[in-house]
Amino acid sequence: MKIKLLLSAAFLGALSFPALAQSSFDVKFQKMMSEGFKAEGIAGLDRIKQDETQKFCSDPKLINTKQGAAKAIEIQKLNMATIVQPTDGKYIGDWKNGEAIAQSGRGSTWTDKPDTVNGGGCYNCHEIDKKEISYGNLGPSLWNYGKNRGNSKEMLVYTWNRINNSKAYNACSNMPRFGHFKLLTQEQMQDLMALLLDPQSPVNQ
Amino acid sequence: MRQLSLNLMMLKKLKPLFGILLASGVVLFASTGFAQSTADEIAKYRQMIADGNPSELYEDAGAELWKKPAGPKNASLEKCNLGLGPGVIKGAAAQLPRYFADTNKVQDLESRLITCMSTLQGISVQEIVDAPFQKGLKKDMDALVAYVVTASKDQKIKVSMRHPKEKEAYELGKRAFYYEGGPMDFSCATCHGSNGKRIRLQDLPNLTTQAGAEAGWGSWPAYRVSSGQFWTMGLRLNDCYRQQRFPFPIYGSDLLTAVSMFMAVNANGGTMQTPGLKR
Repeated sequence: MKIKLLLSAAFLGALSFPALAQSSFDVKFQKMMSEGFKAEGIAGLDRIKQDETQKFCSDPKLINTKQGAAKAIEIQKLNMATIVQPTDGKYIGDWKNGEAIAQSGRGSTWTDKPDTVNGGGCYNCHEIDKKEISYGNLGPSLWNYGKNRGNSKEMLVYTWNRINNSKAYNACSNMPRFGHFKLLTQEQMQDLMALLLDPQSPVNQ
Repeated sequence: MRQLSLNLMMLKKLKPLFGILLASGVVLFASTGFAQSTADEIAKYRQMIADGNPSELYEDAGAELWKKPAGPKNASLEKCNLGLGPGVIKGAAAQLPRYFADTNKVQDLESRLITCMSTLQGISVQEIVDAPFQKGLKKDMDALVAYVVTASKDQKIKVSMRHPKEKEAYELGKRAFYYEGGPMDFSCATCHGSNGKRIRLQDLPNLTTQAGAEAGWGSWPAYRVSSGQFWTMGLRLNDCYRQQRFPFPIYGSDLLTAVSMFMAVNANGGTMQTPGLKR
């Protein structure tokens, strides 16, 4: 619901731009997109209404300009402002649960049910526990994450923020905004934090 | 045909073995540290059954459907023009998508076949679009697609950008390729925009380069061993968008044609290896 609200707010924002600013190519593209998709199961059409971040990151040419670099900083601030620290003050949960969440890539597709529990899908893109050799490489290795970085308050907050909203640090990071879009619950994120930072976690052996 | 059924029997026996192969490749990798990748195992497996790609069964069915009068007009598809003239199949898929004057549109293989089935045979476009994958009219489409793409195997990919609408479709497809959305902020480019990337152990072709686009575009449609199904490009892209957490891309839409155009033009100069054989 929150996702829907956020996305539709962004959409209304886009509509308020003067129509003149739209080239005929833009109009054709919008038409193609709106006629190209239909809602299916939990995947509604609101999902192709972009927020500010998505709009910016869909323009690889702009990103590499001076203007783009300035905009990226603005986008990062915008995302940073949305991050909520754990309401119970707890950063570290259970690494065993964290491992299961990191393994699961389920959830949020049109073949999933509204009550399907989302996984983090972390191994899709990251090496985490070295014992799992089926890992992707879209993101950096997280092996020995806590061992290398320690678990100071700064590191706890930084890691929490990264899981919540990676775009707060890198405007067009490929990593989903797990907290921002409520893909993971607070408890799930605490468990992932443990997988990365708990000295007992296999990741830090 | 005898040869094929023999190979299919072999394939059925091999299917469980395939899982073991995958698993043992993994164990080998872990225990000995050899640079023995799963990709190598899959390549070996492909070679083993190369003489009997199960797509041949779909192709045979497609060849029959092509000639058989059907639909309200009780006509065959033999006059269908896929771009090289009425009824010309050989090499046609290697030059699609392309602009068609009769529809005044750029069409890919599947949207063009929809046009032929509708104009020549009188079959309802909406019925084809709405049919569930692998069933009914979509099952016919699978067979027809297999038939047509097999006739482009080993042909050079040569997709035109001469017509303004072809250029436009390419640009629209490019923009769609980079279009981020959904609750995970994914675009096609998230996974297919740089070299040497993987999801888990699955290699991801960089579809923005010639080599990557040739590897991706040039090897679909394909038979998927894991699901035991023939997948058209329409279904392949549908599943991409599903995993992107996007809404459902409409079959035969200009969107899918444009994204296909982007990949196909990037693949120009490469060779069609269709139908492919996938894990």
